[in-house]
Amino acid sequence: MSSTLISNYFREANLPHIWCPGCSNGIVTRALVKAIDELGLDKNKVTVVSGIGCSSRAPGYLDFNTLHTTHGRALAFATGLKLANPDLEVIVITGDGDVSAIGGNHLIHAARRNINITTIVFNNNIYGMTGGQYSPTTPTHALGTTAPHGNIDKPFDITQLAAAAGATYAARTTSYHVNQLIKYIKKGIENKGFSLIEAASICPTYYGRKNKSGSAVKMMEFLRDNYIDIKAYDKLPDDKKIGKETMGEFKEITLPEYTDEYLRLIENLKGAEK
Amino acid sequence: MTAKDRKVIINKDWCKGCGICVAFCPKNVLALDHHDKIEVANRDACILCGQCELRCPDFAIWLGGEADE
Ligand SMILES: Cc1ncc(C[n+]2csc(CCOP(=O)(O)OP(=O)(O)O)c2C)c(N)n1
Ligand code: SF4
Ligand code: SF4
Ligand code: SF4
Repeated sequence: MSSTLISNYFREANLPHIWCPGCSNGIVTRALVKAIDELGLDKNKVTVVSGIGCSSRAPGYLDFNTLHTTHGRALAFATGLKLANPDLEVIVITGDGDVSAIGGNHLIHAARRNINITTIVFNNNIYGMTGGQYSPTTPTHALGTTAPHGNIDKPFDITQLAAAAGATYAARTTSYHVNQLIKYIKKGIENKGFSLIEAASICPTYYGRKNKSGSAVKMMEFLRDNYIDIKAYDKLPDDKKIGKETMGEFKEITLPEYTDEYLRLIENLKGAEK
Repeated sequence: MTAKDRKVIINKDWCKGCGICVAFCPKNVLALDHHDKIEVANRDACILCGQCELRCPDFAIWLGGEADE
């Protein structure tokens, strides 16, 4: 028994999913499906590609063309898929570890090429699947299995990294702000170029327990109370910025798209043969 | 289906008792039962805003009509 949205777009036989109680992966996955539904995309044209991680298990529940690849390589597979089948709507689901540690280079180059792929980052600031090791987005001083005395690294801002590398749409919101997430995913899919939407997420089991963040509800309240729109953030005095995180649309521009350029090149070379 | 035929529907089998829908329902409609499963405790107060459906990680609560039950 489920809603029309779930029965239309999920492989119901695989539900309930295996994610922990209060894990936001289900919230973000449903938001993606809602965005696809609202855009009225042809299910047979949608292809969802993922790497490895708790978040990357999402395609197994989704009734589209799905491709569960290797750790960090979702964007590499997705790039091949899109070049060979430019009419597919290619969407990548990835975790913060998947996309910014082992897969960091694939991310910057997919962004640089501005290939028409929409990437949804489930950023829970930790490696969930393997038991709570710190990731490139774990905040400084936070605890992880591999940072028992506190993390000394500085975290990546994945949205701004993608924007700087060449993404033409880059936006961040949270798994609390679900309507905004749906809106950003729709805009990302509609953008003809590389889009990245980061969903600040919660992993109550590892990040939450290690950092004494409290229940899933407490972690959702943290997202609600500490993420503020980038425009409002910029106007705050410095002392009020402490402890706040930014969300909003960081980049929205138009540039030539990679598959278009590739097809144009092929056409030009065909012309040259004659 | 008209808006007024819609109501909150739950699937206890999929509920993992995280309490997210309970905490963020603006009208205190929802509660966890003694097995930590979702229940509609105060249906009359529901304003059909759909926030529970948006934030349930387990697809265990939604707004629908009789056909979805
Ligand atoms: C080549 C390779 N290296 C390491 C692993 C082990 N591994 C599996 S998932 C994962 C990290 C998962 O973290 P993240 O991408 O943030 O996803 P989450 O589980 O938090 O959703 C790692 C290191 C692997 N599967 N393959
Ligand atoms: S370990 Fe963390 S990320 Fe993985 S399913 Fe559990 S809560 Fe979600
Ligand atoms: S629809 Fe709104 S008011 Fe009704 S139970 Fe859900 S969150 Fe509460
Ligand atoms: S949000 Fe979903 S899983 Fe959590 S208590 Fe409510 S119905 Fe149950």
